[in-house]
Amino acid sequence: MPRMKFLCDADRCIECNACVTACKNEHDVPWGINRRRLVTINDGKPGERSISMACMHCTDAPCAAVCPVNCFYTTVDGVVLHSKDLCIGCGYCFYACPFGAPQYPRLTGFGSRGKMDKCTFCAGGPETDLSQAEYAKYGRNRLAEGKLPLCAEMCSTKSLLAGDGDIVARIYKERVVTRGYSSGAWGWQTAYKEAVSA
Amino acid sequence: MPLRSKACALALLVAIFTSPAWAQPENTAPNPTAQSIPEQQLLKERRRIEGRVTIPDRNARILEQPQGRQYQAFHEHVLPRLAGAAIILTLVALAAFYARRGPITLDRPLRGVKITRFSAFERFTHWLTASSFIVLAVTGLNFVFGKRLLMPLIGDDAFSAWTQWTKYAHDAVAWPFMFGLAMMIVLWIGDNLPDRYDREWLKQFGGFLSNRHLPAGRFNAGQKLIYWSVVLGGLALTASGLVLMFPYVFDIAGIQFAQYVHAVTAAILTAVILAHIYIGTLGMQGALESMISGEVDLAWAEQHHSAWLADNQPHPADGHLEKRSIPAE
Repeated sequence: MPRMKFLCDADRCIECNACVTACKNEHDVPWGINRRRLVTINDGKPGERSISMACMHCTDAPCAAVCPVNCFYTTVDGVVLHSKDLCIGCGYCFYACPFGAPQYPRLTGFGSRGKMDKCTFCAGGPETDLSQAEYAKYGRNRLAEGKLPLCAEMCSTKSLLAGDGDIVARIYKERVVTRGYSSGAWGWQTAYKEAVSA
Repeated sequence: MPLRSKACALALLVAIFTSPAWAQPENTAPNPTAQSIPEQQLLKERRRIEGRVTIPDRNARILEQPQGRQYQAFHEHVLPRLAGAAIILTLVALAAFYARRGPITLDRPLRGVKITRFSAFERFTHWLTASSFIVLAVTGLNFVFGKRLLMPLIGDDAFSAWTQWTKYAHDAVAWPFMFGLAMMIVLWIGDNLPDRYDREWLKQFGGFLSNRHLPAGRFNAGQKLIYWSVVLGGLALTASGLVLMFPYVFDIAGIQFAQYVHAVTAAILTAVILAHIYIGTLGMQGALESMISGEVDLAWAEQHHSAWLADNQPHPADGHLEKRSIPAE
């Protein structure tokens, strides 16, 4: 079975934000929530880099470990998903997530948190694949349609890669060898406890 | 432009074009990575990587915070063991104490004369704080142990619904607890300052094991320890709990630190309160009564709080002793 992973090649990212927009549109993500975002480091300085970040679908996922109601599960493809029916909006997963992926719609004027929302690797949730209920809660299930996450599919510079971790890492290593430099596979050490070095 | 300047410029151009650097054009292309800092180097230099975002969510500017893994380790390995050990060891110690010592009874028969120990307002403060603490402790323990102990028994959906309510209860009942705590500080801080009886009381563990009775003021050293545990622990729980209730006042590291403080303090205070509940019910004759009716028998006061009694000697004439408490003979 493949082990799905994201890899953002920061040396190619041009901060066009198309991945962010595509994600919001594909899944009808509510206002105020960004499943994917772009963070620019050393903005305006030499060596500036932009990194597209979302849930990294960690190995031994911290969110799943700290959840007090065990609402997370990992699919056979290694995608970390959760049940919005079980989620109580406690916020622990946000505290534990190394990548700031979990977010909560604000429910009341007191700021109480609603059900957590995060990137699903375009793989939906526990509902029946491709059902209306699944779309309403988690967005489109592109993996069930045989497609990869839209953010990476439409990336104009192919900076953002999504797919089987071994294949993605191989593509990245080939690039690094060819061009001769790399700022690293961002987040891989923290998420998967492995580095990609050419 | 003077001719001499043109000649100089031409000479410079010739020099540039014939220099060894120009002879190897592939090395002169700008190396985009020469000035960019690799991720692993950034993480070595600081605990997390932050940047700029163009969306309104300020939390999104933190690209990576690997200390989330430390939070995971604390939450799933340290905390359950710490809280479990604190509670189980306390219960075992109390059971052993009960088996060896049994309840602490009065040596002499009841005198039949009652003396007021706690006013109605003091009792209200105690029970308000006590009942809210029990709700907070049970709902708090559910966040740690519920998924391990209760969830396998009642199933995912029922446990999720119950835990949703425990979350609401924990947030709501925190307010009466804070109110009770504030009143406790005002009401009892004067009687809980150290006095001359404390050292001897602590040295002999209140005489509980030797069956001797040591003099004590309104509160003995053991009660003072409970009081200061509640006050200091309660203040730590209040401060850290407010950070968690309004989570984005501080950044992610502040929230994680607040959770460490909250969980460790709660585990220790729960163990302390278990001991307090033991001595107030099973462990000592007459103790629970003093907090329910507010009155104690003279014999009880003589045995447990002789110095307090000496300062509050009941004289039926001055009305300090309630008339209905005087036996009929």
